[in-house]
Amino acid sequence: MSTISEPATDRSTPASQYFAGLARWRVWEILFWVALVGLFFVPDANLPLYGQIVIWGLFAMSLDLLLGYRGIPSLGHAAFFGIGGYAAGYLGKFGWIEPISGLVIAALLAGVIGWLTGRLIQRVSGIALLMVTLGLNLILNDVVHRQSGLTGGDDGLQGIEVAPVLGLFRFDIFGRTAYLYALAVTFVLFLLARALVKSPFGLALLGARENPRRMIMLGAPLERDVTTVFAIAAAFAGAAGALLTQTTQFVSPTSLSFQRSADVLVILIIGGTGRLYGAFIGAFVFLILRDWLAELSPVYWYFWIGLLLVVMVAFFRKGIVPSLEALVRRVRRR
Amino acid sequence: MTDPQNSPILEARDLHMAFGGLVVFEHLNFTLGRGERHAIIGPNGAGKTTFVGLVTGLLRPTSGDVLFNGRVITHESPQQRVKAGIARTFQINSLFKALNPLASVVIALAQREGRANVSLRSVSREGKLIDEANALLVKFGLADDALTVTETLPYGKQRLLEVALAFALRPQLLLLDEPAAGLSTAQGHELFRQLAVLTADTTVLFIEHDMNLVFRYADRVSVFAAGALVVQDTPDKIRTHPRVREVYLGT
Repeated sequence: MSTISEPATDRSTPASQYFAGLARWRVWEILFWVALVGLFFVPDANLPLYGQIVIWGLFAMSLDLLLGYRGIPSLGHAAFFGIGGYAAGYLGKFGWIEPISGLVIAALLAGVIGWLTGRLIQRVSGIALLMVTLGLNLILNDVVHRQSGLTGGDDGLQGIEVAPVLGLFRFDIFGRTAYLYALAVTFVLFLLARALVKSPFGLALLGARENPRRMIMLGAPLERDVTTVFAIAAAFAGAAGALLTQTTQFVSPTSLSFQRSADVLVILIIGGTGRLYGAFIGAFVFLILRDWLAELSPVYWYFWIGLLLVVMVAFFRKGIVPSLEALVRRVRRR
Repeated sequence: MTDPQNSPILEARDLHMAFGGLVVFEHLNFTLGRGERHAIIGPNGAGKTTFVGLVTGLLRPTSGDVLFNGRVITHESPQQRVKAGIARTFQINSLFKALNPLASVVIALAQREGRANVSLRSVSREGKLIDEANALLVKFGLADDALTVTETLPYGKQRLLEVALAFALRPQLLLLDEPAAGLSTAQGHELFRQLAVLTADTTVLFIEHDMNLVFRYADRVSVFAAGALVVQDTPDKIRTHPRVREVYLGT
């Protein structure tokens, strides 16, 4: 047997420093979250919009786990957002009005359905994967439209009640509680996602993204890992959907439309995949732009989003965050 | 049951393999002794890489059996075979291009040790794995490149990493599919010299086209031709074997 001498764990080797460095919090990371909290204190801030940005960021981050870290594209990710949204809606409509437990239940439900979906797609890859995820999204969307007696159809689910957060903070019309609630939930889920992608499991996801065949020959349970990450991504998307329902006390079929699946993909690609933060930066750019463009030309704003995408792909192929990282690296090297 | 210590480490019994109408093997029988450094040679299309695929489970035979340590593994998944102690490298580099060698080796070690389950524990807390990865990279002469993105490494270094990843699993049986492919003659010899030292206690089965490498580093040689094992013997005997000259050396 090859006996590799195992020295006492030395924290000062470049190798151990490398992984410690990956896990360490950067100054800009802290500033990022401080800035999000700071928005709350800006006078006349458009908190409902910022709340949406945070929720969309969480939603896009859940897709990032799938696409950025595991390399699984999904054209139907809104299905899980919608499941979480409707689950939170029904809970609030039928008496379970405590928001945090409602959110957890909604996320778990989305996670279970994501797990089942993962079982279904664990052997599928490439174009077929796009078709299957798109197909599931379309089926769910159609069901919600048809069962209008249950779901309210196009009018959405009305009469959703949400109790004050922790029994203290009532959801107000200025969206102040909504913003802090969405931010707090998103931050907690971000911490979980961050730890996950920096764990050995996260490293295995990257390995499978880079080279599934090699992972098989290293003995990795590739299919089980696909199912697991799909369930986690779905649960996070479900949490985002539940947040939107709870903070707006409303949920409609658009929350699980194909358009929404496409939007979240666009957000993630604009921001950059495989970074977690790309999701939030993408959501910020997308929603601010949408807000602004919708005022300029309410009907044609998708024209500009389309143009943005084309320009992005032409000049910043990997998205905003990776392009910025490359820039910083180049500046530092000088 | 056969005693695993006395049975051959690897055996193929009456393997039949066809891709659609294309028959690769008919009635292939093959035995590999424990501790051998065994070369498979043969002209293109002889079925050498297919054989490696059948042993690792990436391919399944149409009929026949593969035995590892005397145990039938024909219907086991590639992952089960890896856990049992079989590792392989690929003829064409099959690496994690965007990751660095350190992360790549840690991935392999985490799989070997079953440390890659869902957790919120940072990789940096896997001190043992990181130290072992470091030591392995030193052994393979990759220490200075540990943090360089793999796809930017020179080809020869990538070739070493290809072997290091399989080696990291501490396999009982290491299958090397043309490890020296794409290397210069000098680099090829250097690689084999290193491998001979590193794998002194491992059974190694390698496919190789360079006869100098084969005759120098193998202690047994199998000659495959047209989906059959033509002859299996020591390098000296192979060199002068009339059938070998006929099917392979072409004289």
